[in-house]
Amino acid sequence: MDNIKPRVKVPKSASAGEIITIKTLINHPMESGLRKGKDGNLIPRQIINKFTCEFNGKSVFSCELEPAISANPYIEFSAKVTEAGTFKFSWLDDDGSVYETENKIAIK
Amino acid sequence: AAGVFGFSLSASATPEATAESIKNFAGGKEPAMGGDLTLTTPEIAENGNTVPIEVSVASPMTDDDYVESVVIYAEGNPNPDVAVFHFTPMSGAAEAKTRMRLAKTQNVVAVAKTSKGQVFMDKKEVKVTIGGCGG
Repeated sequence: MDNIKPRVKVPKSASAGEIITIKTLINHPMESGLRKGKDGNLIPRQIINKFTCEFNGKSVFSCELEPAISANPYIEFSAKVTEAGTFKFSWLDDDGSVYETENKIAIK
Repeated sequence: AAGVFGFSLSASATPEATAESIKNFAGGKEPAMGGDLTLTTPEIAENGNTVPIEVSVASPMTDDDYVESVVIYAEGNPNPDVAVFHFTPMSGAAEAKTRMRLAKTQNVVAVAKTSKGQVFMDKKEVKVTIGGCGG
């Protein structure tokens, strides 16, 4: 899909050992597959089915999403920061597309 | 707005289907109600298309004692599955928030599983004014 833009909110820095909150949003219709189009036929399902967050290559948090998740899926979770590094976020679309973004964090 | 989200087109899931899924997730264990797991939902959702939910599990989140996953079900949706959250000790806290669709007034259920094999459950009723999905 075109014009899909992931957005994340991560603090620029944290104290060593601090637990931070990460907020993510991606614009996506999350077409449930249960909805009829104008022609009366079902619109095929197309959703973001998986989201992952890694820090310096190690898994922090991930989730599997079903059609019951609202359009423009919003996901908020925590991460414990013990060192400076890079968060990598990935969203997997039913059509095989992967949307990615990265955020760096420093230690105060 | 009928048919906007189309959940009303198919049969609803049942509490029985949800109970079956919970059994599979819990590996046959009987989940302990409440306790360390808290599911937070609005009592009344005016718009079923976007209902905020939050799960939080009290846990040390250390390498040998942490919450592995939390699964969310909506008993009255056409498909009860909503999401599965996977945590690691690097999560720091077993907490997550998202927004979900609810076809009608129903129970939302959260079940958590820890690395030590404990299983917790919490359940909240959400009254839905306008069904998420034209219901």
